[in-house]
Amino acid sequence: MVKQLATEVVVIGGGIMGASTALFLRKRGIQVVVVERDLCGSRSSGVNFGGVRRQGRSLAMLPLSQRSHQHWGRLTELIGTEAEYERSGHFKIARSQADMESLVRYAEKTRDCGLDLQLLDGAELHKRFPVGGAKVVGGSFCPDDGQANPRLLSPAFATAAARAGAQVFEHSPVLDVAHNGQRFVVRTPEMEIRANVVVNAAGAWAGQFAEQCGEPVPMRIRPPAMGVTEPLPFFLHWSLGVEGGSIYCRQVRRGNVVFGGGPGLVLDDTRARNRHTTVWAQLPQLVELLPQLKNAQLIRTWSGNEGALPDHEPIISASSRQAGLYHAFGFAGGGFQLGPGVGDVMAELIAQGRSSTPIDAFRIDRFTDPACST
Amino acid sequence: MAHATPLLPAGQLVRLKEQGRAPLHFVLNGQPAQALQGDTVLTAVLTQSAQLRSHEFAHTPRAGFCMMGACQDCWVTLGGEQAGRKLRACSTLLQAGMQICTTTEAVAQATATNASQVQP
Amino acid sequence: MIGSDFYLDDPRPADGPPVIVGAGPAGIRAAQTLLAHGLRPVVIDEAPQAGGQIYRRQPDGFGRTPKDLYGFEAGRASDLHQTFDRLRPQLDYRPDTLVWNAQGHSLDLLHTAQRTANTLRWRDLIVATGATDRVLPLPGWTLPGVYTLGGAQVALKYQGCAIGDAVVFAGTGPLLYLVAYQYAKAGGRVLAVLDTAPAVQRYKAAPAMLAQPAVAAKGVYFLSWLMFHDVPVHHGVQLLRAEGADRVQAIVWKDAQGAEQHTACSAIGLGYALRPETQLADLLGCEFAFAPLHRCYVPQIDADRRSSVPGVYLAGDGAGIMGADAAEMSGELAALALLEDRGIATDAARQAKLRQQLDKTQQFRQALEVAFPFPDDWAARAPDALVVCRCENITAAELRATAATQPQGDINRIKALCRVGMGRCQGRMCGVAATEILADTLKVPVAQIGRIRGQAPIKPLPLDMTVVSTDQEASHG
Repeated sequence: MVKQLATEVVVIGGGIMGASTALFLRKRGIQVVVVERDLCGSRSSGVNFGGVRRQGRSLAMLPLSQRSHQHWGRLTELIGTEAEYERSGHFKIARSQADMESLVRYAEKTRDCGLDLQLLDGAELHKRFPVGGAKVVGGSFCPDDGQANPRLLSPAFATAAARAGAQVFEHSPVLDVAHNGQRFVVRTPEMEIRANVVVNAAGAWAGQFAEQCGEPVPMRIRPPAMGVTEPLPFFLHWSLGVEGGSIYCRQVRRGNVVFGGGPGLVLDDTRARNRHTTVWAQLPQLVELLPQLKNAQLIRTWSGNEGALPDHEPIISASSRQAGLYHAFGFAGGGFQLGPGVGDVMAELIAQGRSSTPIDAFRIDRFTDPACST
Repeated sequence: MAHATPLLPAGQLVRLKEQGRAPLHFVLNGQPAQALQGDTVLTAVLTQSAQLRSHEFAHTPRAGFCMMGACQDCWVTLGGEQAGRKLRACSTLLQAGMQICTTTEAVAQATATNASQVQP
Repeated sequence: MIGSDFYLDDPRPADGPPVIVGAGPAGIRAAQTLLAHGLRPVVIDEAPQAGGQIYRRQPDGFGRTPKDLYGFEAGRASDLHQTFDRLRPQLDYRPDTLVWNAQGHSLDLLHTAQRTANTLRWRDLIVATGATDRVLPLPGWTLPGVYTLGGAQVALKYQGCAIGDAVVFAGTGPLLYLVAYQYAKAGGRVLAVLDTAPAVQRYKAAPAMLAQPAVAAKGVYFLSWLMFHDVPVHHGVQLLRAEGADRVQAIVWKDAQGAEQHTACSAIGLGYALRPETQLADLLGCEFAFAPLHRCYVPQIDADRRSSVPGVYLAGDGAGIMGADAAEMSGELAALALLEDRGIATDAARQAKLRQQLDKTQQFRQALEVAFPFPDDWAARAPDALVVCRCENITAAELRATAATQPQGDINRIKALCRVGMGRCQGRMCGVAATEILADTLKVPVAQIGRIRGQAPIKPLPLDMTVVSTDQEASHG
């Protein structure tokens, strides 16, 4: 017996993008149903590194990232929990003069974007925190970037959306999305939901919905390569990244060091793992970066499915084919910090037809051949 | 009702058999100690004390649990030349001269060179 | 989903020697069987010597006889050890080696003492990873002096030590009586045996136990011996807590009449039979199913020990607790299936006989569940302050509170939220207890809670390990 539902907006995907969109729609008094195939926040939103980072993003993305940053600053007010969020600072390491120059250029380019970057040379860095020994020539520090626990935070957005009046259905895979000329009909095994608006926030699986709606995108699925050590005495306040390099790491308050960098492997459509060759590469890089970890032990690895577009920017836009359809996906594992901002912008876009934050660079039709567009 | 608590021996484990083995000298928390050839690190330590480590969250003593490399509760820290290195005590045979650290103070001293705190 | 470059591409090799993980009774018989048919298996084992847990060999320089060490099983143990020693030169034997990951048709190995890592590819693989104690905590269980029954046995067998100078053994299962007997016989001071199983259960189980009369007789013998030697044995008990300041000094319990008892002691051996080690089977992609007999998820096998993954066979306790004798038989049966699948002629009559004998042990196994039932009421009685996850120090209260927010009861989700099972042991010690508490809190069957997903590394890996070779082909021999 298929349940019939009607609402204003259906959000496909209960990750941080979908849940955040639902929450901000509810703040505007708009009715919303979220359909999530598994458990909210259980995919990329829940298994990512946990970096809450603006530094390093493109100029095109920084306004949205800044808007999101404001929401991170009032997290408890927004979703009822801090989920271990701390503005502990993010440090991007330069291992060569060329890398340092790259960081200097970025700092100059983003001077007016509110990142407050501090460039440190090797000596200054060593005074504050000895990292990486002689191989580190300096780096760029963003004091208000930070970290949070994605396993707690992403589900909390969905809980907050539900508390605000969204109907959230888990274990509800979307079978198809159709438009009957008047409204959308979103079908799951147990429901048929009629809505004026559909938001495709289905993460690594959003491509198939985009294709169903006549807007295929060249998205690749990338599995990250994550690992965590046993709990260790606390020594690392900052979240660390490497310019031009692949290792990144942070230490949670309980003492475990979480790290990532390099390719994982995909087992099937929904399962991914860290790859043994990647683990072999990651461990010595970690120890080189942080000699304090020499005697530590790796206790767990994991991965997830991230959707990535060829220009490394996500899709945040209205559909170019179908009125009432919106897309927010393809964040390539870097969406965590953007989550609150994306939800806010999507709600604004849906309610008012435009976003006050520039998102033109993230249009879905930027991949289509202009000669073929109708 | 008062319960009489028997006086506990210094060591947790008690040797019942195989006492005729050659002695093995090692260091326990900076003090010279002695065990027997063929002892695991766990046996060597726990025949003369009742702690292998202090739990990082409960801050209470632990002395292993499963004896077969499953529970991961018996990791001890080395001092001396290999300061900071960790061993799983139940599955590692004691070697002569090993410097084993089981108290918080001894472990902190052994790992002191490695850790440094960022001053923001 | 538009294509991914990151799909695992590690197809099954066309050839290569069979690989056996685990050199306990199952692994040894599997190796013996393969050798007898002209194959030269690789045998990987975490321990420095073959024998597994139950037939663990003492270190060099120890003097006890097999009878001292293994009692009634001395004959079996000696036969297994001598068999392995005799065959060892023909095997590609890798002791002190942990399999920390399975990826495609590759196993990732770590030589634990040397901290060196390499990869081994396999075409056929027999997983015989055995078991550990099934643990149901009691308040105070993290105190020094509280060990598992298996742990207490290893201390005596492997190191000649008692876990304390005055020991109480508690829990249920045949191991409870065996270890108490071994301790008392070795001169250890056994203050009491506290069995949660009501005395009447033994009589209920008696008829079915006749499926293996010799084994049943041993159980009766141990109990009788203990009673004859004035070791107090109590049935139908409820374990309340272990007490002590920095180490255990007493166990508090209720007797069958409900009266609270306080027994001063310096050590507790605790256990409720065994649980299979299934992380490797999980990483290999084997299908699991809930087994009511074992009250846990086990990897699925056919009558000949084939798993759901072509080329992977599961032998011994690692696919469900069956005991050492059955482990030997299942190791041989798994090897025969492997040979059959390779097109090598095997003795069909022997296979049929083994299947038949294994069925018999299954009947006995069921009888053990009747004689030593799992304490169904444990979770309901577990106090909120009880530490369930000893690695992360997570209490029953935290677990229950998290469960209340997760009506679907997915243990992996609950683990992510409250950290149960996130520590170094990856849920080995707390998984059963956590599952019981979740099922009790949510009022759902234990099967619905699921199982903690296996993740590499199977045991902790040192960050300073050295990779000595990559994608090494298993040597042909």
